[in-house]
Amino acid sequence: MFSFLRAKGPALSKAERYAQATQLQLTWWRFRRHRLAMISGIVVALFYVIAIGADFLATTDPHATDSRTSYITPQPIHFFEDDGSFRPHVSGLKGVRDPKTFKLIYTVDPNRHVPVDFLATGYEYSFLGITTTRHLFALRDPQRGDGIFILGTDQLGRDVWSRLMVATRVSLTIGLVGVTISLFLGVLLGGISALYGGWVDTVIQRTIEVIRSMPTIPLWLGLAAALPNDWSVTAVYFSITIIISLLAWTDLARVVRGKFLSLREEEFVMAAELAGASTGRIIFRHMLPSFMSHIIAAVSLALPAMIISETSLSFLGLGLRPPAISWGILLQDAQSIQSLALAPWLLAAAVPVILVILAFNFLGDGLRDAADPYG
Amino acid sequence: MAETPILSVRNLHTEFAAPEGTVHAVDGVSFDVFKGRTLGVVGESGCGKSVTARSILGIVERPGRVTGGEILLQPADGGTPVDLLKMSPWDMRAVRGPEIALVFQEPMASFSQYYTIGNQIMEGIRLHMGLSAKAARARAIDLLDMVGVPQPARRVDEYPFQLSGGLRQRVMIAMALSCDPRVLIADEPTTALDVTTQAQILDLLRELQQKRGLAIILITHDMGVIAEMAHDVAVMYLGRAVETGAVKDIFAAPQHPYTRALLRSIPTVMAKPRTRLPTIEGSIPQPFNRPVGCAYHPRCTEAVFAACRTEPPPEVGVAGRNVRCYLHGGLPGARA
Amino acid sequence: MTGAATLLEVNGLKKYFPIRKGLLRRVVGQVRAVDGVSFAIRKGETLALVGESGCGKTTVSRCILRAMMPTAGSIKFTIAGSTVDLATLPRKTLRPLRRHMQMVFQDPFSSLNPRMMVGDIIGEPLLINGMSDRAARRKRVLELMELVGLPGAAINRFPHAFSGGQRQRIGIARALALNPELIVADEPVSALDVSVQAQILNLLLDLQDKLQLTVLFVAHDLSVVKHVADRVAVMYVGRIVELAETEALYHRPLHPYTEALLSAAPTPVPGAVSQRIILERDIADPANPPPGCAFHPRCRHAEARCRETRPELEEIEPGRFVACLRANELALRGIAAMTGPAL
Ligand SMILES: Nc1ncnc2c1ncn2[C@@H]1O[C@H](COP(=O)(O)OP(=O)(O)OP(=O)(O)O)[C@@H](O)[C@H]1O
Ligand SMILES: Nc1ncnc2c1ncn2[C@@H]1O[C@H](COP(=O)(O)OP(=O)(O)OP(=O)(O)O)[C@@H](O)[C@H]1O
Ligand SMILES: [Mg+2]
Ligand SMILES: [Mg+2]
Repeated sequence: MFSFLRAKGPALSKAERYAQATQLQLTWWRFRRHRLAMISGIVVALFYVIAIGADFLATTDPHATDSRTSYITPQPIHFFEDDGSFRPHVSGLKGVRDPKTFKLIYTVDPNRHVPVDFLATGYEYSFLGITTTRHLFALRDPQRGDGIFILGTDQLGRDVWSRLMVATRVSLTIGLVGVTISLFLGVLLGGISALYGGWVDTVIQRTIEVIRSMPTIPLWLGLAAALPNDWSVTAVYFSITIIISLLAWTDLARVVRGKFLSLREEEFVMAAELAGASTGRIIFRHMLPSFMSHIIAAVSLALPAMIISETSLSFLGLGLRPPAISWGILLQDAQSIQSLALAPWLLAAAVPVILVILAFNFLGDGLRDAADPYG
Repeated sequence: MAETPILSVRNLHTEFAAPEGTVHAVDGVSFDVFKGRTLGVVGESGCGKSVTARSILGIVERPGRVTGGEILLQPADGGTPVDLLKMSPWDMRAVRGPEIALVFQEPMASFSQYYTIGNQIMEGIRLHMGLSAKAARARAIDLLDMVGVPQPARRVDEYPFQLSGGLRQRVMIAMALSCDPRVLIADEPTTALDVTTQAQILDLLRELQQKRGLAIILITHDMGVIAEMAHDVAVMYLGRAVETGAVKDIFAAPQHPYTRALLRSIPTVMAKPRTRLPTIEGSIPQPFNRPVGCAYHPRCTEAVFAACRTEPPPEVGVAGRNVRCYLHGGLPGARA
Repeated sequence: MTGAATLLEVNGLKKYFPIRKGLLRRVVGQVRAVDGVSFAIRKGETLALVGESGCGKTTVSRCILRAMMPTAGSIKFTIAGSTVDLATLPRKTLRPLRRHMQMVFQDPFSSLNPRMMVGDIIGEPLLINGMSDRAARRKRVLELMELVGLPGAAINRFPHAFSGGQRQRIGIARALALNPELIVADEPVSALDVSVQAQILNLLLDLQDKLQLTVLFVAHDLSVVKHVADRVAVMYVGRIVELAETEALYHRPLHPYTEALLSAAPTPVPGAVSQRIILERDIADPANPPPGCAFHPRCRHAEARCRETRPELEEIEPGRFVACLRANELALRGIAAMTGPAL
């Protein structure tokens, strides 16, 4: 995967390899020594793998409701039958009549084993334009109400695990799209601010200050309230992304401006200018590469902020709205004390939020240290 | 020089565990410091001068570690010398300031920008001398006056950034002297200053030494400053003191090839215009990639022994005049 | 030497930096970093510009290379028989002229792009100025590396693999790539270790002989200057106070500031300091220079008129320029008087 980082020939001595190492290689070597950041990088990568394969990892249609399966406790997958043979299965459900209310309620029947198959067929979904029914695992021949409830179900009987998988995709990509937009805005406006200076700089800087001084929650409230109720899930998704990134670009713009200004004073930039280099060459050959790594680090620190923003907005009911699924929306289900007391597993969505945020922060710190050991 | 030294460093070793390998920043340095005299420690960048100073004060920062040697301090009342390396960190606090004080190279970095210089001088005074705030302030003003800061009563309430480089260095010296130390370590006190300001500060140090009998360790890379200020000299190269001796001996009859070459390669105003300088070939090796044997041998034009490449030469010579070079003895075969 | 043609003639060069304050960044004052500097450099000579920190040396050199736009004055550069005024040239016309004058920087670390290989760094001026053939460029780069004493094997290395002295060699090779007439070296050895400093000074001397370079050598250190300069200009707070042939200036300075600088230069001779002149106070602030002669608050020879009249740089003897009202009456001490035994 990192073969591009390796030095060209095997014949180079250690010192010579070091001497001919690009800044990218040096950064990678330094980063590799940073244990926590390395682990965090792997964690982040795994999360994005989940985001890509969300439907494949899901077991049940995350939108399918079924009143009979409401609040099922988490059900482990048993890998061995009682006789010790390897036959993965889960317990089935059975209906019992409540002796007082005479309502039919469903509980787990440990005696009925429903076999689980790997790479089996389940509900239909489309991925990259391919419509398929292939899942990592699925029940062999489920009866009505049967399902793999690794993390239990919510009030409407939807499988929390499957919803969590799909939510991971939504929440993580909202961060990516948001960061891309704010990266674009940040680099553009930060660059303009630094290169033109004068009143352009003043206007941009004052704008940034105004944006940063606005309290975010009321602002989000207002903007989110302005979104029409009848918009589709996708439209809301993109609007939220844009709202978040419109506020988040300011940090990046500052980093970029600061870097541009300090690089302009660097003597190697002046040397290129004195050799007659064009402005374009100076910017793209000398300045941009010098702070690419800073941008990467800034991005990896901005991503978790985006994710948190989306999660909190949705949690407050201001961001995505059901039937969309995101971490914030899953947590919203766990808002009331009753539901928590009845079904504490609904909090499961908090775990990936915490994990991802921590991992991104450690990763960003590690990248920054590796990119700029003296700064 | 029958007198006992105030401070005696014996075979000091300090290492840094760097990713590229262990850096032996100080690798067996020995020297003596006497009352009322200046020991000049001279050497090029990275040879371990600052680390030596920090080791003496017990403020080597991680990943550095003092791994061996003795730092013997003669107590003020006579008595037997104490080894600072065996002291607890708590006891060392009573040594830093009242016994040994440090002046840094870059005064801007060693001041807090958020307190007035008066506050910063008074902090040390109150901590170590237990004076009242008022008495401490009076003493701070006295100190500023002593180091030649004009209008000390006004300057005491200024912030470091309001002072010029030269004044800042004077304040730094005032701060170092606030608890009447017996040994002052000045780590490149004038490197960041202009020559005219340097002349002022060196003059101040000389004057303070005469008045108070201070023992000074003056760290510098400038042989000119050494010639002007030092009584005794230790020439360092890559973590070792390759030659020590009285200043006259070092300049008149340098014994180590490095000292000789260094002295020849210094530009001076006395030179004939546009003359080439004799140079030392090559450059200082990477600290984690130090040559085996005598660290100077790859650049040495006088290296003649096989041992130079395998064994670091031992220190030979009489008290106060030592050299680490096989040219002057210590060859493994010769001793047997 | 005296017969040689003038390559560069600077006249009344000024560079003021505005001091801005407040939210609206209004201009509340000016730093007179360079305040009327005039000198000429002949073809093939080394002129040293000496002075203490903040006196405007870097600003002068950057104005000459037009890395900065001067506030006033003219910079006449004679190339191929025709003379242009660099101070007023528009950027477009300037670019093709840049190849005739190059700079060597002070900081061996910040002056090389850490992301480019040595070969690319040295080759960049060639590439920019139209040598697009890779092989030809490589050949020229190797030639330059040999010229400055770098092993050709290092061509694919990155700057981080080099010591300060070697980096400075890379910087020199880059400056020489286009065969410039004029090299402006801004404190090229100030950041180097003593033992390496001598190597680079020698290299500069050799290159100059080999390539007939004209050099403006900026330094804060009179002892370094002695080894490279044909003539020396001493600056104090934005102005030149004395300009003379090296030998003459060191032996018989005519300005009290030159005298003080000479006497403050550390000399590696124990006991040489007995007669040092120690200047009182700090160097003047270029944002707020004293009236009259800027040096008068620190001058031991100052009189009442020094506080009022600002002395102009005048040629009081052939080839000796000095800006001091009392230049003709003072007998100042040169190097011979200050130290005992010479080396
Ligand atoms: N914090 C540190 N971590 C790793 N190595 C260090 C550290 N501090 C110092 N060193 C190493 O110790 C060696 C000696 O450093 P020291 O600062 O004493 O040099 P110096 O003689 O004071 O040089 P200079 O003239 O540049 O101040 C250097 O080679 C340096 O690499
Ligand atoms: N871009 C700038 N804006 C404002 N003031 C400046 C700027 N550049 C330099 N100055 C001021 O101009 C004066 C001269 O600066 P310059 O860098 O030319 O001095 P120098 O002689 O090169 O000093 P040094 O020895 O420290 O390099 C200084 O007082 C400095 O503060
Ligand atoms: Mg040091
Ligand atoms: Mg400068």
